[in-house]
Amino acid sequence: MAAPTQKHTNPERTLAILGLVVLLLGIWTFWPGQSHVPKLGLDLRGGTQVILTPTANQGGQVVTDDQLKQAVEIIRQRVDGFGVAESEVTTQGSGQNASIIVSIPGVTDSAVLNTLATTAKLDFRPVLIEAVGGVTPTTSPTPSASGTGSSSATPSASASTTITPSASASAGSPSASSNGTAITSALQGTATSASPTASASPSASSSASPRATASTDKNGVTSVDGNPPIQSANNDAALQAAFTSLDCTKPVARKGGLADPTQFLVTCSKDGALKYLLDKAAVRGTEIASASAGLSQSGGGWEVNLTFTSTGAQQFATVTGQLAQNPSPQNQFGIVLDGLVESSPYVSTAILGGSAVITGSFTADEAKALANVLKYGSLPVSLEVSSVEQVSPTLGQDQLDAGLIAGALGLLLVVIYLVIYYRALGLVATASLMVAAAITYFVFVLLSRQLGLALSLAGVAGAIVAIGITADSFVVYFERIRDEIREGRSLRAAGDAGWIRARRTILAADFVSFLAAVVLYFLSVGSVRGFAFTLGLTTVVDVAVAFLFTRPLVSLLMRSAWFTSGSAWTGLSPDRLGVKPALVEVDTHQRHAAAETKES
Amino acid sequence: MSRLGTIAHRLYSGEVSYDFVGKRRRWYAISGIILLLALIGLFGRGLNLGIEFKGGSEFTVPNTTATVEQARASAEAANITDPIVTQVGDKNIRIQTQALTPTQSAAVTMQLSQDLGVPQGNIAVTLVGPSWGAEITQRAVQGLVVFLVLVVVFLSAYFEWRLAVAALVALIHDLVITIGIYALTGFEVTPATVIGVLTILGFSLYDTVVVFDKVKENTRAITSGNRATYSEAANLALNQTLVRSINTSVVALLPVTAILVVGVGLLGAGTLKDLALALFIGTAAGTYSSIFIATPVACQLQERRPEMKALAARVAQRRAGGDSRSGRARKTSGTGTATAVLDDVEVDSEMSSGITPEDIGGAVAPTGPRSQPKKNQARSKRKK
Repeated sequence: MAAPTQKHTNPERTLAILGLVVLLLGIWTFWPGQSHVPKLGLDLRGGTQVILTPTANQGGQVVTDDQLKQAVEIIRQRVDGFGVAESEVTTQGSGQNASIIVSIPGVTDSAVLNTLATTAKLDFRPVLIEAVGGVTPTTSPTPSASGTGSSSATPSASASTTITPSASASAGSPSASSNGTAITSALQGTATSASPTASASPSASSSASPRATASTDKNGVTSVDGNPPIQSANNDAALQAAFTSLDCTKPVARKGGLADPTQFLVTCSKDGALKYLLDKAAVRGTEIASASAGLSQSGGGWEVNLTFTSTGAQQFATVTGQLAQNPSPQNQFGIVLDGLVESSPYVSTAILGGSAVITGSFTADEAKALANVLKYGSLPVSLEVSSVEQVSPTLGQDQLDAGLIAGALGLLLVVIYLVIYYRALGLVATASLMVAAAITYFVFVLLSRQLGLALSLAGVAGAIVAIGITADSFVVYFERIRDEIREGRSLRAAGDAGWIRARRTILAADFVSFLAAVVLYFLSVGSVRGFAFTLGLTTVVDVAVAFLFTRPLVSLLMRSAWFTSGSAWTGLSPDRLGVKPALVEVDTHQRHAAAETKES
Repeated sequence: MSRLGTIAHRLYSGEVSYDFVGKRRRWYAISGIILLLALIGLFGRGLNLGIEFKGGSEFTVPNTTATVEQARASAEAANITDPIVTQVGDKNIRIQTQALTPTQSAAVTMQLSQDLGVPQGNIAVTLVGPSWGAEITQRAVQGLVVFLVLVVVFLSAYFEWRLAVAALVALIHDLVITIGIYALTGFEVTPATVIGVLTILGFSLYDTVVVFDKVKENTRAITSGNRATYSEAANLALNQTLVRSINTSVVALLPVTAILVVGVGLLGAGTLKDLALALFIGTAAGTYSSIFIATPVACQLQERRPEMKALAARVAQRRAGGDSRSGRARKTSGTGTATAVLDDVEVDSEMSSGITPEDIGGAVAPTGPRSQPKKNQARSKRKK
């Protein structure tokens, strides 16, 4: 009889090794204290997904990776403001094809959309009042004098920064000594020489004392849900009341938004430690020519250098000249990005040269972050909402249920068909499908835990479709075994020879499926990607299960007495396959009789 | 035993054979008509593209008792002109509009929520900018082209270029038919449909690869003999893998059917339905084309080769030269395709005509017994 042409390791060992691997994966998956289910995509758990496309403001320009990174930082800051756990901001592609994908699970509020859709703006605004981030005690009557008294001196001392002329290490150091951050001008000579007297406008605001009457809308104060950015055309009592009652310790107060540069602004610092009442924008962020972080020449640690355009330089000179005359905190200006104060350096002299340096007790990261914020002012990129998808948690749950039911039903139908058609081999196929399902589930949970991969509806669909494709591999193998039996081989030889032939077919066919998955994954966005990932994963699992489970199991079974007995229930009995003497057409009984006669 | 297994055996041994390759003109004609209809549909009616491709906004109001008219009035109250309002499933209403800005969309959501009595957060919203839709389309086409090129490269390496071309022809055949059905029926094309179509391509190829693998095996040493032409050997391979093709297709279609039934039954519409529908149509077309299109085309390409022409001539000569095995006259077609198998399904118990695995020589079973009586002996021995 035909000897098996394949040298294979013994099937028991292969099965044992696979069993061990699956067991270990299972233990890892179900390790206590971790999530035992894959993370669900927004279409299954509800939430908002927004795809933003950055486009260069000037035609023909391409968005650089650096600009993309900055844009992502801005968006991330806004998203974090919603205070939703597991929110994500990711990028896909680069250059012309770059897109920013924002996922906020569980939230389907239309306000979210408005916040994300607005374009970020950077302004320099003189500080009028500064206070600790919490609600200011309204019981204490605040003196009228310009809000200086109302703000506690401590926070500004701890957090303040200085802006100085950038070239002047000497000019910078004295101001830096009064702790905090300072800004100085780049050209020492001019900086010290001219000090224009303060014009009235910025300080004029400080006259009004806060009164307790605050009915926001009537007084022209605009805000979203009473949260920053709170704006008003006038720095009046209503705006100040809003300032008093503002609580920056709540995350919702720090989500930021579009601030009109021509209005007064009440808002929080980015970290919520301080709150501010700010003047109209004195210099727009678009006037920044460049910004960079670097180590101070004089050894004073990290600092941020910035230069202005010629218009910006003039405006900056005017405003610093005015601020330098004022007492603290009104000698500061707020660097406002997206309606929130990023930093509020104080000014000790007018800065005339158009370049300045911000010093303070920065870490390298802080300095770089601030430089990035300043660069954003000159970021020639606008963000366009390309696609929005909001799914309510109820609908998400419905979709998940439908997916699971479809999966169970599909699996059941395939199992029934396989068992009816292939009998015992059908059970082998069923067991193989179960092993494949278990491995796929484990890998999904682990990838979800380790890499944050989320299972979407399309992914679920991919897994269901994969049931059929995986089962197809078994069909190919079983039909091959049957072919070999029809060729007249013994059961065991057929199992071996069939495998050698089926193996190639399975590999070739699965490779094509895998190819489809890879192409889909790399050339698509959104839901298509989730589908492609599942399809690719299940194809690999399919090959692994066919080689390491189905094949050794069939190998073992082929040796068993029951299979060799040729029972109709094995699914491989020669009778059932129709193998019969070719020359005489006889029925089964006659054939058996004939065979017996022959042997006797 | 008149069982499926028995039929499978007869197909395998060549006792029962259907002449897929020789009858190719019939299948080409059928496919041609279907393709023509598909193309008429595609260019006449065009595809009903979802908002994901053409840009637009979609609001789905779940669990509402409101009528379509109420929803339309509500959308119009929010300054939407010509909204397309449809009932989806039992209790969901879908409103499609032109592309809206986030602010406009918020206004519509609020209006709908107020008029239809559904909490704002429950209304599912999809906004797609027009340029984004164009980009999605572009990427889908890009993906398709890259995939097709890679497939041809792979199949050329694995089989040979003629088979790769035949597989590609079958693939495009499936693609055009699926797209054509979408155009003719007006089913909406969404990204999920595209996923479905691309998956079909994978599956259609899976089927074709299975058949071609057998064709390759049957024709490995064919030019060294004079017993069967390439087309005959390929046709035998088709018959031998017929049961397998049917089984793989059924098994692949069962989960797809489950998705389709559950998707439509429970959700009414959406990703699941779109995906399953495309898969269902495409898998059917894929199974058909791997049998009726891919192999016949492959045969035609192969029969053009000089060595295959020579083989066909030798086979014809041998048969004409008093081959007593068959009393039948052998037909030889213009391209040199000698079709020795029967018209339509016919059982020939004497195995006097038709190509059997033995006819194509050592390619099938290099080891093991060759003749049926031996088989019987072997089995009888086992039974002792």
